Amino acid sequence: MPARSVSKHMTEGEIGLGLSLLVGAFLCALASARAVDAPFSIHMGLFALAGFAGLAALVKRYEGRPAAVPQEIAGKPHYNLGPVKFAVVAAMVWGIAGFLVGCIIAFQLWAPSLNLGIEYASFGRLRPLHTSAVIFAFGGNVLIGTSLYVVQRTCRARLAGDLAPWFVVLGYNLFIVIAGTGYLMGVTQSKEYAEPEWYADLWLTIVWVVYLLVFLATLWKRKEPHIFVANWFYLAFIVTIAMLHSVNNLAVPVSWLGSKSYPVFAGVQDALIQWWYGHNAVGFFLTAGFLAIMYYFVPKRAERPIYSYRLSIIHFWALVFMYIWAGPHHLHYTALPDWAQTLGMTFSIMLWMPSWGGMINGLMTLSGAWDKLRTDPVLRFMVVSLAFYGMATFEGPMMSIKAVNALSHYTDWTIGHVHSGALGWVAYISFGALYCLVPWLWNRREVYSLKLVEWHFWISTLGIVLYITSMWVAGIMQGLMWRAYNALGFLEYSFVETVEAMQPYYLVRALGGVLFLIGALIMAYNLAMTVAGRTAEREALSGSVGLAPAE
Amino acid sequence: MIAMTYENAAAFAQTSGLLYFAGIFVGVCVYAFWPRNRARFEAAAHLPLTED
Repeated sequence: MPARSVSKHMTEGEIGLGLSLLVGAFLCALASARAVDAPFSIHMGLFALAGFAGLAALVKRYEGRPAAVPQEIAGKPHYNLGPVKFAVVAAMVWGIAGFLVGCIIAFQLWAPSLNLGIEYASFGRLRPLHTSAVIFAFGGNVLIGTSLYVVQRTCRARLAGDLAPWFVVLGYNLFIVIAGTGYLMGVTQSKEYAEPEWYADLWLTIVWVVYLLVFLATLWKRKEPHIFVANWFYLAFIVTIAMLHSVNNLAVPVSWLGSKSYPVFAGVQDALIQWWYGHNAVGFFLTAGFLAIMYYFVPKRAERPIYSYRLSIIHFWALVFMYIWAGPHHLHYTALPDWAQTLGMTFSIMLWMPSWGGMINGLMTLSGAWDKLRTDPVLRFMVVSLAFYGMATFEGPMMSIKAVNALSHYTDWTIGHVHSGALGWVAYISFGALYCLVPWLWNRREVYSLKLVEWHFWISTLGIVLYITSMWVAGIMQGLMWRAYNALGFLEYSFVETVEAMQPYYLVRALGGVLFLIGALIMAYNLAMTVAGRTAEREALSGSVGLAPAE
Repeated sequence: MIAMTYENAAAFAQTSGLLYFAGIFVGVCVYAFWPRNRARFEAAAHLPLTED
């Protein structure tokens, strides 16, 4: 392309976004002033502030930017890494916040008076704050950050859009702030994992559509002819979440100037839609997206090709076609028709196969590189995450069997199961990916200290073990106590006796959570030092690496 | 004309669902194992390692 001198001017995108931010901010300020309830007023004020801040950032960016951003430099793609960096930092910050709130509510279950009698610290408000912070704020930023990175690298093309990628990461994190502050103020539509009210949902819809467009447009302009399997998984995640979010959050606001709304579905239909959403949030947010991470980061770190690319294709299609039907297993023995329960159970059991196919594909990618597990704690995080994935995806189908569910449902066994998946699989594969990504993004050879990664690994693994074993014992005991009858056919235990019996396990669980939080704090320190460009002395750890015999 | 009873509707849904899913699964397997695709998939397995 001949070199042209380009005179700098505002692009159509900059003008359009700037005007939208200006108009949007004024409308939100107006809504804030005329709001019918205080939380809505605060949230509209936040939206208005964010709009004006976005406008200021847009102008400042225009002043600082070159006339045109090249797509390639010296024949190599000019990757857009700014939004990825932001998402990585946000993931770490939200992760620590989410783990901390999890610890607080774990201690509250052990000693309820720890809510201090204030509404803002009550379990009912902090619990969705915890779940949203870890799933959507931590997990979501990891997924957005890694997807925007992986799609560029595997397409060998710069991210599509100039402002759009920034709009996605900043807009998504604004949604997180609105959702989280809403829970604290008591704003919720009471749908598990879909608590944010209608206006936050609408905002997320806009952000998510832009995310989808950025991803698709980047695939469209790819230089690499083949669309790599990780991008298929990311795309399934983005498309399915768009569908689930739109349907499950169909609601009618009581007032356009108030926070309260009512869902359009009622009764068992509402329950089915909710768990169709809820289980596929597990399937497509917490599984498909993180499998994409597995298919890119495990080969990268192990320096080995994917064990079987054919298996990855079968894995993908089997997983996406089966997951979508598994939701009804959350509604066993309810008003949901029996055949629908059986359908959910059957698909959940069949899901075992693609799940383990994917796990085996990830693990076997280490063929010829197993020795690295001994020396590389980052790779160990990823491999242990796959082991937990295998464990959780065996336990899940088992718990979906009606007879097993009769014992496990509504008990802490479910909480243990969720956390072996969330801590062991989702968080560990994320930690592995972040330990890889941060040095790549900031041009460092390696993280600040692999020794600290070792500490993080062992402390948090101990935490997970304490967490899930205590919840297995507590949950199964709870289930057995609920169904125990005496010789006369009366219930053996009152409900409060079952609560009392679980107190020691709640303490063990909370301590497990604290260990996990300590691990994450070590990680944050390690990553901050990496970004700062510091290198710890390659202490004892590397000493043994150099001399390891190959025999 | 078959009467629209619960049994008939269920039989239709179950049979067509079975054929649909089994058909797609077979199709995916054929695509994955098609000999001509082998080289392409071998290259794709190395994709994370060959990027610049």
